[in-house]
Amino acid sequence: MAEKNKILLQGNEACVLGAIRAGMKFYAGYPITPSSEIAEKAAELLPKHGGKFIQMEDEIAGIACAIGGSLAGLKSMTATSGPGFSLKQENLGYACIAEIPLVVVNIMRMGPSTGLPTSPAQGDLMQAKWGTHGDHPVICYYPSSVREMYEYTIKAFNMAEKFRTPVLVMTDEVIAHMRAGVEIPEEVEIIDRKKPEWGKSYLPFKVTDGEEIAPLAAFGSGFRFHVTGLAHDEMGFPSNNPLRNDEMIRHICAKVDKCNDEIVESAEHFTDDAEVLFVACGSVARTALYVVKQMRSEGVKAGLLIPKTVWPFPEKALKALSSRIHKIIVPEMNMGQLVYEVERIVKGDSTVTLLEKVTGELFKTEEMYNKAMAVIKQ
Amino acid sequence: MSSWLNYLRTHRFPHIWCAGCGNGTVINAMARAAEDLKLNKDKTSVVSGIGCSSRGSGYLDCCTLHTTHGRALPFATGLKFANPELEVLVVSGDGDATAIGGNHFIHAARRNIDLTLVIMNNNIYGMTSGQYSPLTPTGALATTAPYGNIDRTFDICKLAEASGATYVARATSYHVSLLKKCIENGIKNKGFSVIEVLTQCPTYFGRRNKIGNAPQMLRWYKDRGVLWKPGTKEDPDKIYLGEFVNVTDSEYCESYEAVIEKAGGKK
Ligand SMILES: Cc1ncc(C[n+]2csc(CCOP(=O)(O)OP(=O)(O)O)c2C)c(N)n1
Repeated sequence: MAEKNKILLQGNEACVLGAIRAGMKFYAGYPITPSSEIAEKAAELLPKHGGKFIQMEDEIAGIACAIGGSLAGLKSMTATSGPGFSLKQENLGYACIAEIPLVVVNIMRMGPSTGLPTSPAQGDLMQAKWGTHGDHPVICYYPSSVREMYEYTIKAFNMAEKFRTPVLVMTDEVIAHMRAGVEIPEEVEIIDRKKPEWGKSYLPFKVTDGEEIAPLAAFGSGFRFHVTGLAHDEMGFPSNNPLRNDEMIRHICAKVDKCNDEIVESAEHFTDDAEVLFVACGSVARTALYVVKQMRSEGVKAGLLIPKTVWPFPEKALKALSSRIHKIIVPEMNMGQLVYEVERIVKGDSTVTLLEKVTGELFKTEEMYNKAMAVIKQ
Repeated sequence: MSSWLNYLRTHRFPHIWCAGCGNGTVINAMARAAEDLKLNKDKTSVVSGIGCSSRGSGYLDCCTLHTTHGRALPFATGLKFANPELEVLVVSGDGDATAIGGNHFIHAARRNIDLTLVIMNNNIYGMTSGQYSPLTPTGALATTAPYGNIDRTFDICKLAEASGATYVARATSYHVSLLKKCIENGIKNKGFSVIEVLTQCPTYFGRRNKIGNAPQMLRWYKDRGVLWKPGTKEDPDKIYLGEFVNVTDSEYCESYEAVIEKAGGKK
């Protein structure tokens, strides 16, 4: 039976199938390698599934249009890579402050600038958190398999709808272009945004002590209100009351922060008795797992932590591990980004060593094994 | 209370604009056009970018979306395409629409998506206190052109026409009946409509350029404004007003219906 639901998918295709499963009805974007298959699949499937696809004139328009689609009540997504992700930053912040649900996919390629368009990299991890100006919430999933592309795209929609905020799905080119058999789950949890009740007064940006999230009415559904990227009052109208500014900014951050435990996800392999810990994401985590297994076969007690949400980072899981594992190795396809977060969290509990790579190539197992062994033997 | 006032959020007054600004006149004309067409406020959306003019969306009582600088059209495209039942109007400044938003402007026109764009052209960046815009006349003074502007200007209406807009008109904040009529016709057009409105900014354009205060600027529009007719031989000292384009062509959201059909999807 299970075999029946198994289909061969590319990572980018799995992302679109997940999105449609989650209820995506609107896609707007601009093509760019290595994310273009997402746009292509969305163009093919959305009109079949009661949705709409539009190719805009650039990435800024892509995200703006997707926000418009979401405000009209449709679950919306846009996808891009490196240079396009840079272009989307301003409107990503808009969706944060205006509290509009949206999924943004970024398939990482090597930068800066045009860089190496077809090569994998992990250079956008910090941009995902700090790319748009100002304090804002960030939820960012990092799938490390084709199946996870499917699953985490669904989760991204769920979290976007639940928290009324943009959610990122980020991975590297390898995962996006990898093909694998994916068993399509029979049942998945789908969350839809709360809508206001008829006949009651509606404050679309109301902040309550319990940090409940105000419902979001679709434009055209009978509620008239104002949406702006300016600091605003509970009705949505511009406000520069210092107390309200403070309340509003804290609210958009706290609504996500206080649910960290519910959002954060990570996976651990061989960590129970580990004496050396790898922390890695995406395709690098796959190589790391192979290396860990090889080390284990040789009697080296290695383990692996894979953050599935890079933001919020699985802080508790890492803290628990670093309290007993004193050697941490962070392999990354960049010159060190995740390592900053790891160092911040372990704060001297353990020695943290970065294995960096910016050749535009994958980590080879032998290479990672040799470099890690040198660290372990130190 | 006159019923056109029902289209305004009078509780949001006083507005943010300077004394003598023409933007209020344009919003007034939009409210009157909405009243004449009996637009359903719950099914009408006004989208704007950033600038003095773009603050206009907040004063109209419907579903209003104040976006980022230059990006009103793609946001509006998303709203309209996702829900074609919405009547979507867009308000923009000359900088918002043709500098930072210039690319979106030509592409919205090319798609002929059913939006009505009202551009308040005050020939300057008002919100940021008087830097030159793509509509600041060559030779004029601006804070960033202290020795006179060397840039050449766009003709918004010709740009709109060349890009594929199916309704294109120009009015001024002095010619208010024409303005209201153009907005109405723009809304009625099933496609992309552009109404350029020359709007006085005495604070940052008129006074610095010796055109004068608000009444003097309005007189300037009055004296130069002439109705355009096909075949008019254009005099550079005149401002040509009225409808330049009013044609029918395939509309984007309607065209997508054919895509859905071909894909075998249900509406
Ligand atoms: C991305 C970005 N760049 C620059 C600005 C600063 N800015 C705000 S409004 C504006 C120009 C406004 O001029 P215009 O669009 O003509 O509208 P007006 O204020 O004259 O009505 C500028 C440059 C901004 N808000 N965002």
